[in-house]
Amino acid sequence: MEHHANIVPWQMLCQRTGATLKVAPIDRRGELDLATFKALLSNRTKLAAFTQVSNALGTVLPIKDMIAAARAAGALVLIDGAQAVAHQRVDVQALDCDFYAFSSHKLYGPTGIGVLWARESVLREMPPWQGGGDMILTVSFSGTTYNDLPYRFEAGTPNISGAVGLAAAIDYLDALGIERAHAHEQRLLKRATAALKAIDGLQIIGEANEKSGVISFVLDGVHPHDLGTILDDEGVAVRTGHHCAMPVMDFFDVPATARASFGCYSDDADIDQLVRALGRAREVFG
Amino acid sequence: MDLKDLYRDVILDHNKHPRNFGRLDPCDTSADGNNPLCGDRLTLTLRLDGDRVSDIKFEGKGCAISTASASLMTEAIKGKDGVAIKHLSTLVHQALTAHGDDSLPPAELGKLAALAGVREYPARVKCASLCWHTLDAALKHRTNSLGETPTGPATVSTE
Repeated sequence: MEHHANIVPWQMLCQRTGATLKVAPIDRRGELDLATFKALLSNRTKLAAFTQVSNALGTVLPIKDMIAAARAAGALVLIDGAQAVAHQRVDVQALDCDFYAFSSHKLYGPTGIGVLWARESVLREMPPWQGGGDMILTVSFSGTTYNDLPYRFEAGTPNISGAVGLAAAIDYLDALGIERAHAHEQRLLKRATAALKAIDGLQIIGEANEKSGVISFVLDGVHPHDLGTILDDEGVAVRTGHHCAMPVMDFFDVPATARASFGCYSDDADIDQLVRALGRAREVFG
Repeated sequence: MDLKDLYRDVILDHNKHPRNFGRLDPCDTSADGNNPLCGDRLTLTLRLDGDRVSDIKFEGKGCAISTASASLMTEAIKGKDGVAIKHLSTLVHQALTAHGDDSLPPAELGKLAALAGVREYPARVKCASLCWHTLDAALKHRTNSLGETPTGPATVSTE
């Protein structure tokens, strides 16, 4: 249930280093098989990378347990928090992970910027990944000394406008109260799940016990892309396709799904409109 | 824009009951088409009589627009030669991409004209054009290995 962004870079790394990528399985509800995840860890595990919330299914992973198990095995831990940060409070210190990554545009901020947080002790041991302005203390033709943290990882002119926009988005969510947004989305998720389940021929893909505010689904006889066009025509915006998560589409044996997502701005009327629009899709396809 | 212009009866019918669905074995040329962003996949197999397509079948998975477009295409080109197919392909392409043009598509398109509604849905144009790009690849693939059995299917990706 990982996004390609948490698969492809590791495959590239494996190709470069000869490391082996091991994948923990999920079950038909879209929940992680935690026991197998733990069994896959060994003292040879260098890094465990997993998402906090699945973008394709909405599953919230038991990351506290996963982090503790991976760290006990001696692995570094990276969390893909792109789907989590806009919907729940995240405390990287309490989580005790080594890396935490998220994108601004999933947090109502501008595109083109994101955050990679890392434990300070890990950053101290890491060489700069990019050379250029700002990341240096001194430069001469005989050699360069690097700047301190965090500047040594910030080569070149930073994305200033992006950072200002992201900070404004975070302030906005803080002012709104992220716990309030979370509670609101959870209520909508429950109501929409019940409403969609009542529709004949509709199958929800991903029914984990704990979910964030997305519902991935397929409707018998209507391809998700056709569904997307019809819902759009009815004023309902859903994402259709493989959600950059092709392995999980294969697992559930669907070419694609439609996915309704709830944010702090969604309301009950949106759910009613979605249900009406699905009725329209049924009409068109007979 | 009206949904009924996109999902016309001809399209819904060809989606539900695709014509020439399957695989020709043996075949003279074939090609795979895929649309990685949306996951549509299509395989064309053709039998040729000189420059003429004597038989064609398609199989694959896709949305109603891509399935109907492939089905309609197989009906339209069966029996036609390379020049006629090229001409038809150009007309289809024009009909699909004439965004904002409300003139009627040319009569010689026949049933294929039903796809013209796609022009108002730019995100769906590639669904309808996938089969035509795949056909182009299959015919070129055949030309490249004239007189020889194709060594493997040609592939085309519409991204």
